[in-house]
This record gives sequence, C-alpha cells and structure tokens, in this order.
Amino acid sequence: MRGAYRLNSGGRLDRDRPLEFTFNGRIYSGYVGDTLASALLANGVRLVGRSFKYHRPRGIVGSGSEEPNALVQLGKNPRTSPNQIATQIELYDGLSASSVNCWPSVKFDIRSLTGMFSSLLPPGFYYKTFMWPRFLWGLYELILRRSGGYGVAPDMKDPDRYDKINAHCDVLIVGSGPAGLSAAVEAGRTGARVILVDEQAEFGGSILNANENYHKSHGMNWVSSILDELKLMPEVTLLPRSTAFGYYDHNFVGVLERVTDHSSISDGLSPRQRIWRVRAKEVVLATGSIERPLVFQNNDRPGVMLASSVSAYINRYAVKLGSSAVVFTNNDSAYSSVLDLLSSGVDVAGVIDPRPKPNGTLPNIVRSHGVPIFDSSVIVDVKGSKNIRAVELMNIDYDSKKIYGKSHKLRCDLVAVSGGWNPTVHLHSQSGGTLRYDVSKSCFVPGINSQNEQSVGSCNGTFDLKECIDDGIKAGSRAAYATGFGVGEWSENTACTDFQTEDPLCPMWKVPSSGNESKWTKQFVDFQTDTSSSDIYIAAREGYESIQHVKRYTTLGMGNDQGKLGNINGIGILADALGQDISDIGTTTFRPNYTPISYGALAGPDKGILFDPVRKTAIHEWHEAAGAKFENVGQWKRPWFYPRGREFMEEAVERECLAVRESVGVLDASTLGKIDIKGPNATDFLERVYTNSWRKLQVGQCRYGLMLGEDGMVMDDGVTAKLEDDHYLMHTTSSGAGNVMNWLELWLQTEWPDLNVYLTSVTDQWATIQINGPNSRNLLSKICEGIDLTNDAFPYMAVRRGVVAGVQARIFRVSFVGELSYEINVNADYGLHLWESVIGAGKNYGITPFGTEAMHLLRAEKGYVIVGQDTDGSMTPSDLGMNWIITKRKDDFLGKRSLSREDSIRTDRKQLVGLITEDPSTVIPEGSQVISSSSGSVPVPMLGHITSSYMSPTLGHSIALGFVEGGHSKLGEKVYVSINDSKVISAFISNPVFYDPQGKRQDV
Amino acid sequence: MLMIDCPWCGNRDESEFMYGGEGNIVRPQDPESISDDSWSDYLFMRKNTKGLYMEQWLHSYGCRRWFLAERETVSYEILNTHKIGEINPESKS
Amino acid sequence: MSEIPTAKSSIEKELNSIPTFNTLNESSVFISEKRFKDHINLRLDISDDGNVDALGNILGVEVPIEPNTVNINGEVSVLWLGPDEWLILTTECYPNSMLDRLSKGLIGKVASIVDMSGGQTVINLDGPNSMNLLAKGCTLDLHPRVFGDGKCAQTIIAKTGVIIRKIDNSPSYDLIVRRSYADYLVLWIKDAAREYGLSLAK
Repeated sequence: MRGAYRLNSGGRLDRDRPLEFTFNGRIYSGYVGDTLASALLANGVRLVGRSFKYHRPRGIVGSGSEEPNALVQLGKNPRTSPNQIATQIELYDGLSASSVNCWPSVKFDIRSLTGMFSSLLPPGFYYKTFMWPRFLWGLYELILRRSGGYGVAPDMKDPDRYDKINAHCDVLIVGSGPAGLSAAVEAGRTGARVILVDEQAEFGGSILNANENYHKSHGMNWVSSILDELKLMPEVTLLPRSTAFGYYDHNFVGVLERVTDHSSISDGLSPRQRIWRVRAKEVVLATGSIERPLVFQNNDRPGVMLASSVSAYINRYAVKLGSSAVVFTNNDSAYSSVLDLLSSGVDVAGVIDPRPKPNGTLPNIVRSHGVPIFDSSVIVDVKGSKNIRAVELMNIDYDSKKIYGKSHKLRCDLVAVSGGWNPTVHLHSQSGGTLRYDVSKSCFVPGINSQNEQSVGSCNGTFDLKECIDDGIKAGSRAAYATGFGVGEWSENTACTDFQTEDPLCPMWKVPSSGNESKWTKQFVDFQTDTSSSDIYIAAREGYESIQHVKRYTTLGMGNDQGKLGNINGIGILADALGQDISDIGTTTFRPNYTPISYGALAGPDKGILFDPVRKTAIHEWHEAAGAKFENVGQWKRPWFYPRGREFMEEAVERECLAVRESVGVLDASTLGKIDIKGPNATDFLERVYTNSWRKLQVGQCRYGLMLGEDGMVMDDGVTAKLEDDHYLMHTTSSGAGNVMNWLELWLQTEWPDLNVYLTSVTDQWATIQINGPNSRNLLSKICEGIDLTNDAFPYMAVRRGVVAGVQARIFRVSFVGELSYEINVNADYGLHLWESVIGAGKNYGITPFGTEAMHLLRAEKGYVIVGQDTDGSMTPSDLGMNWIITKRKDDFLGKRSLSREDSIRTDRKQLVGLITEDPSTVIPEGSQVISSSSGSVPVPMLGHITSSYMSPTLGHSIALGFVEGGHSKLGEKVYVSINDSKVISAFISNPVFYDPQGKRQDV
Repeated sequence: MLMIDCPWCGNRDESEFMYGGEGNIVRPQDPESISDDSWSDYLFMRKNTKGLYMEQWLHSYGCRRWFLAERETVSYEILNTHKIGEINPESKS
Repeated sequence: MSEIPTAKSSIEKELNSIPTFNTLNESSVFISEKRFKDHINLRLDISDDGNVDALGNILGVEVPIEPNTVNINGEVSVLWLGPDEWLILTTECYPNSMLDRLSKGLIGKVASIVDMSGGQTVINLDGPNSMNLLAKGCTLDLHPRVFGDGKCAQTIIAKTGVIIRKIDNSPSYDLIVRRSYADYLVLWIKDAAREYGLSLAK
C-alpha cells in the first residue's frame, strides 16, 4: 500500500489507516496524517503544476501555508474549490485533485512555449503592449484572462453549510508552537478564558516537523503533556484546523475553522467551515516564521525545497525525498536538515554555504558525520527540468558578494535551501503594529504595537528554542494578568534550558550574477507570479522606487500566497537595485486574509431565506392563502395584488381599484410605522417636528403632518391622532419608521431635554386594517359596537375607540385613497381575526382585498405623494405644492429656516405636477425624463422626471406625477417625455389631483 | 469592528450602534435671525478632524440612548464616551 | 356578534414544524414560545422618589436601576431597558391586568404605559448548547461570568433586534422579539441548531 518513497517507520502517520486518493486522474495511496503534498511526495510525484506566466514545471517547495506552487483544484462539482494549497489539504479517503494552470496536461503544457520567449515578456509587458488602441482592451483582456487563470469556480450551488460564531476571551493565542503552547498553558493556569488556534490539524507548530529533544524526551511528548493539561481547563478552547486570517480594530480577530474539510463523509448537519469572530482582551501572536528561499538560476525546478520543509516531510510524514541531496544555506538552521536527510537514508552530497568556515554547534555535528561543507560557495545554476540532475557551484567573496573562480558540478536530485527566516508578522501588521528591520537577524520584526497584542517566539525574531519558550511563558502570564487573572508571576521554563551556539547568518537576497542583473534570468523571487530578480532590477531602472509600485508593476507578491516566500527577498533585491537600505524600502502592506477564505464561509448562514429578515404582518398567512403576490417594502412583505384565476397584474389592479371606488376594498396597512407619544409636552414636541400647528387639535381628532429635515427637505409624512391631551399616536411611512424614531429621539435627548415626552415604537403592537369605499360605513356598522358611525358623530379625520369584531379597537377616519375610509387598529394578536371578520361582513358588498399597487394607483389619482417614491430628499413642501401645511403662526420648527434659504425659494425649482398624455392609452414609464421639445440637438435640456405613472381605471386615461422645473406655473403646457433616442411621448402639465379635487367623497 | 462603550450598557459591538456624525453641535437659538451663511454652517459644515473627534452615536439596538464618543480617527480608538449633558457642548457659529 | 376571539401567536406555524421530543440527542436545544399576560413598556422619571414608591407599590417589586438587570417578584418581572424605561412581564398566572393597575395607579404621574402584548413574543431556548447557538448570531459575551442569572440585554441576534434574558444556568434564555421578526428568528434558530438538534419543548 505505501508509496515507493515512504520510509518504513517514523512520522506522525496512522499506518493502520491507509487512504486512497486521485491526483490528475491517477490513483495513489497515503495514510491518515498525510497532507495531499506529503502523500504525493511519498508516491514520487514531484511535478504538481505549471507556473502562471511561463508555464514552467513546478514542484512542492514548502510544507504549510507558504506553499506557492502546489495549488490544486480540489473535489468535483459542486464541491470543487480552485487554488487549494496541497500542503494544507489533509488527506482523506476518496480525495480527488488536479493541477491548475496547465493544458492539456501537467507533463506537457503547450503554453510552456511562452517560457522560450520569456525574455520578451518583461514586467509591465501587458500595460505597455495592450493599451493601444484603447478600444481593443476589452478584447485583449478576454484573451489574456483565458490564457492565464488559476483553476475553475464551481458552477453549481454550494451544497455545504457554513457557520459563524462569536467568541469572547481574555487571551487569544495564535499558533501552537513552543511559544504559543507555553503562553496558552501559562495563561490557562490563571483561570483566564483562553482560546488557542492553530492552522494545522495538530498542535505543536514547528515541533511537529522537527526531530528535537526537550529535556531528553522528544518534543512531541512535551506537546502532549501541555495539551493534556489544557484539555482539563474548562475555560480553555482549543481550535485546531483554524486560521486566524484577519486582525481588525479593537482586538477583533477573524478565525476560519475547517470543521469537516478533512473528512470525506459529511453528516449534513455539521458545517463545513466556521468563522469565529473572536473579541479578545489580549492577543498573543505566536505565528512562527517562514523560511526564506534563496534566489539563484533555475531555483524553481521541482526538487528545490525549503530546508525546513525537507525536515518536515522526513520527520512528520516519513517521506524519502530523493537519493542524493545538497543543502544550500546561509545560516545554521538548515544544518539540522542535513541530519534529518541522513537519518532518512538520503545521501548528502554537500552543504553549500556562502559563509567562510561555519563553526556553530550544528555545522560541527554535520562535519562529524563526514558530510562535505563547501564554504564560501553558492549555487549558480540547477541542471535538469522536471527533475534535478545536478547543481553548479561557484565561490563567493564574503565581503564583496562577488562570485569568482571556476564553477563545478555536484550531482544530486534534491536541493534543500535556506536563506534565513521571515517572522510571520502578518497579524501584528494588520493590527496596526509597525515593523522594524533587524539588521543582526536580517529580517523584519514587530516594532510598536497599536493594540493589546504581543508577538512571541520566532514571529518576534526569536529563533532560539529556549528563548521562545521563556518568552511564551512570560507572554501568557502577562496577558492573563492584564485581563485580571493571575498574579503577574510566571513559572520556570523546564522544557528547554540550553542555548545553541550559532554563527550569524550571511544576508543574501539573491545569488549575485556575473553580469548585468537586469538581463532576464531564471532567478525566481516569487514562484507563483513568475517574478524574477531581473524584473525588479528592470522596474528600478525604469524609475520605480516605492515597493508598493514595484509590487504592482512586477506582480511581486500578488499571488494568493501574497508573497509569503518571495516578498522579503524582493524587497532586498530592490534595495540593492536602488542602492538603499532595506529598512528604508519597508514592506508592502499586510492585509487580511492571511490565507484565502471561501465566499461560502464569509457568507455563512446568511443566504436564501436568511439573507435578510422577512417581516410579516399578523395577516400574512391569509394573504398567502389568497394567492397574493408580494412586494418588498423595506424588510416587509406586503400584498402587491391578489390575482383571481389567471388574471394579469393590470387586470387584478383594475378590479381592485374599481371595487374601492364603487363599493368597498380592504387593505392590510399594518406595516405603517406607529409611534406612541406621551407626556405633558407632547403637543410642544409635535409643534417642533411638524410644519403645521397642533395647538388647536382636539382630543379625538387626527391631523396630517409633514416632517422636514433641518435642510428643509421632506423627510416623512403621516397622520397623527390625539388620543388624550398628553397622548398622541403618530403614523410614519412603512419604510421610514426606524429612521423617524431615531431622528425624534435625537432631538428629544440631545437638544430638547426640557421637553417631557416619551416615545415608544408600537408598529408591531397594532394590526392595521383599512376599509375603503362608499360601502365601508355599512360594512363597519355590522361588526362595530359602541361607536356612532354617522358622519356628524364620527367625522372625517376623527379617531374613536370601540369594539370591532369583539376586539378593543382604535378607529381612525382617515383616507389615503380619497374615499370614505376607516383605519382600524387592534392588538396584532387579533389582527387575523379582525381581517377575517371584515371579509366575512363584507361579502354582501363584494369586499375586495387590495394590495399596494392598487393603493398606489388610487392615491396617485388623488395626487398624494409617497415620500420615498415621489420624493428623493431634495423636495421642499413648496415643491410639492404644500405651502398650505406650513403654518405662519410658529416661530420655529425643524427645517423652517432652510425654507427661506436662497436655493429653497428659487422659482425654477422642480415642482410637483400632474401629467396627462396626449394619447390617453399611453402610460409613461416611471423614471422617464421630461424635456421641452420633441426635436432639437442633443443634449436636450432636461426639465424634470416622472415619479409615478399609471393607467387610471376610474378615469379611463393614464395619469402621471412628476417634477418639472417651475412646473407650478406651467399648467396646461405641452411637454415631452423622452423614452429613447427615437421616441417621445407628448403630455400636458396638469394639476396633480386628478380625481375628486374637492375631496367630497371621503367626507360623507 | 469597533467595540463601543455605551455609557449605560457598557461594551457592545459596533453593529448595535448607529453613527450620528459630529457631536455636540448646538442648534442656533433663533434660526430666523441668522444669515443664510451661518445657517449653512450649522447645517453642513463638520470638522472631520484627523485625530480626536467628538461624535454622537445612538445605541439603537440597545438602550436607544444617544451619547457622545471621543474617537481617534486614525487609530479608531475610542477614548471616552459620555452621556448627553455630561460635558458642555461648544457653541457653534 | 362574533364569539370572543383567541389571541394568535406569530410563530405557531413555524414552531409546529419542529419535532417535539428527541431523547436520543443529548446535545439538543429545546425551544418553546412563552406566553405572558402583560407586556408593558413603561417610561417614568425615577429621579422623583414619589414615582419610585408608587411604582414599587403597584409592581410589588422595585424597578431595576442597574442597567441590563431584571427584578422579579413572583409572577412579575421588570427588565431594565433604559435609564427611564422598563419592560414589565406578567405570567398568565398573574391575577389582574397590570396594564389597568399601572394606568390607574400612576394617574397624575408623568409616565408612559404602553401595551406591547401583541407586538412581541418570547421564545425560550434551553439546553447545554443554547449558549453556543445564541453565540452564532449574538455578539454579546454570554459567558456566565459576564451574563449571569438575572441579566438581560437588548441586542441583535442574527439580523434582528431582541431582548435576551438569562433565566438559569442550564442554560436557559428568553428571547423577546418583535412580532414581525419572530418568524425570521425561529427560521434562523432552526438553521443554527442543526448541528445540535432542536426539539420543541412541551
């Protein structure tokens, strides 16, 4: 079962649980504990993809989220995901993956031919070549996109579930290596709430990959003992397979947990992934560091790998990576990989080190194993294409960094490289923390913090194991203490007590070339975007100085790995090209997300019916049963019209309108905003927020009011009823209710604390049913007790209390449709009962439920505007022809002063008018522009626009409301409405009240 | 996502709040007596400080109280929050 | 005249689609709608000692002054909503109409007493996973150290405003939600509870 390159023993694999998987159509085997990458390597698969620009063959370089090459298309439609990182995919039975960015196959990619012309594709090639002629850019783009690209998106609906959860903790620890685990257990012991997250399936971080002893026992034993302790702590949450992907304001950290991604079987109940929205009082970042590759000719050949990853594949995954290896390093850490290679039975042909006579603890151990160390040397080329045959070495002068002498070859099939370590400062940087270049360590390390956060371990530039653990312990204790736990003291480091002696690293951003650095070379800096060192030199030569610009010009770091491997080398190379210090160049901005997050996870459960709340009235299910079509009004669902049989909308609306005009119709108006206003200053309050006067309104009367913003523009309108001397019920528009409430509270709380008034939203408390039409009084009299309904006793614009259909009710004699109308409010628990009673009692009158469309049409016949449909926040009451509602008797009300501003009193403002088309059967499309003539050269001056337009069944012709410049003085004038370039509709400007202008019908 | 310390309810997530722009702007006592320019200044002109900014927020999904917050507009740190009336507004105009 | 109508729940239909008992699943969250007799939104200036006394006499319990807390006396619960605003709930067992008692007892006081009994409903969640379920949609820190018994808070769950009230440490929570959003909230709970199981409590 085991792959041909699998070691007989070792590794953190469950050898009793073999797995089968498919890669590029072939079946392979692996074990539980493998990643896709380790299983491929164990099966001898080195070639995993083609590069983005030149389609060069590429293999696995890394062993974690830094991997730039091994991107695969994972799974099948509809669960397929593009660009998944093979080093982060846990192997499961039946896994199926394929290479991206190659055609027709990874072994033979036609587009690799572009590699032969690569010197013709300098940075900025696309910008320079395809910008002219400009109009062809769309075409160029189409072709370029097809030849580039990574993988394919699924084209079916995602069947998986995604979840979100909010979490709070005292201390969040990101990363579970030596520093993170030390911090977690130290903080956990204080009783603080701790969350420990790690992107890998197992905790342990770098310890998982290393073969190191802690106090004479393997490091993983130490990890196990810490985990055992953590698991017993009730306030500690352990989240493996969880990536902290973004660090936001106020210590808010996003974590993606891959809940079932590692399993082939889904129970259909657990989510596939879950986003944890963590609010931490303190954050400890122990995110580790990523090894830096070295940049040399053909450094992208499959078989060139990071030294730390070589160790990981040997120690953690028991993979024999080749038969003969060389190690190319500028520092001591990679010497441990030599020992790992030897232990896995791989011959090490030599260590190539630019430093003269490396003399640290590890190099000396390597020497004692008889491995040749080629000091003062560098690799200048790699021979071989899909497999490595040999490397070519030359000498380098340590001080001048110049290569010299004769090159010679060393046969090998594996190259392990290490150019030093880059602390994973991404989250620190995202949090707003600054970075500082540490010359002695040749890397960027965290500088000043901006939030409650500390970096410890190698992400802080601390590479010594003992120091990492020391710092982790202190950080855990400090973080807990800062949140009120523990006593601020910390325990002893018992895990590791020895320092190792090391020689300093020799900074080397690239292996120097013998000639001109801007001549195109195959020294790759960023594997994923195919950015070579010469691209950066060219960019510098062409005048680019800012790393931010160079990034965009050369595409350095613009792959989905965001330059985790290549960026710092790129910055170093730019510093060299510009003759500047690397610290002066700085870094590009680290932005979320640390690793890619799927849209499904970001959307979470908020899709489909849960995308936005659907608000339903108490009568909703009756409307549904009656076959109503619904309209969205804000979050409300309102019946739009009730088609009978196979009626079209126009037919249904016409029938509903005529029923209201001729007999009786009923409307569910429960969505109207309702605010209960109570207090001795309630009348004063209304005086200030409405334009008209409320002083003379009697208890039992209603009044229409117009509310303005301070800019004098109409904001909301509605009827307010006086229930008691100190008690009113205000109605607002359905969609404006929330805003109006906030607005009124703003004034009461901040500007008018002297007013003794209480506001309570009662929109949901009352079901509101409007009975409209000449027969509405007859209908109501059948189900209403205790109210004299005669016009004298209960006149237009009055409010009464009584019992309707056995339920306590408030009845308002108000109308929005210009007919005899009653608006009945009952406790919403009885809304459906009232509705059914009204329908029952109205049978003899042919009662017709009507929807918002008929309501809108009927009010348009009356010339009533709808705030928000006819108005757009730029109309004064005067524009609406409503000067009558602005009382002269008040010194002030909200918006009053603005009505006399120069702009508000212009006579050529757009004003509300009616429009009647010359052809009575033509209905003007809403939103159309009004123009003054039917011909003339473009652009035609626009006079205004149409806001409401209908075919009026009552009048037998079309009607429209619109706004026209100086419209109030243009009554009777002919204007045109532009439909498209060749068609105009002619219409006459009219009074906006088309029906019953005296208002007799509502007052009977 | 900010964490905002409502003077009544304590620390709550930003999603519970509504932003109300610059705070402590006083409405002119007698609007009719002032010029169009002064009125426009009250209506439209806001400080938009880089640095410490006095803002008004509404705990709209909580206690429904408006309050003032001193926010650092660069770091987004909220240094203080105040109930309305706790600190004297500066007079505008 | 028609017979005396019965009050209609806004979420009955949605709740009835939930299975009633699931003894097999220990992780299950139990859901139920709690009916209260009175839901009253009360506004009153308590800087006046007379008001406090009058109110205490009627309610049989002092109104909570500490934000986000609940005072209880038998069938009457008073939830803090704001510095001068409370929600008063009485259970079905409460003998009188609290609305009437308050209206009569506070005559002459500057107060607002608003019946909310039709405008909101109460959904109870119970069971070990009910806190985790709420955490999926609620940004409050629900840890018992922070949000213990006797606590309440107006906040957001998923995309709707609610008042959460901690009942006990099973844990059990009452969610007081506006009527028009109640249906959405139940749908959301059903979805969020899938990994735990959801049972209609009897």
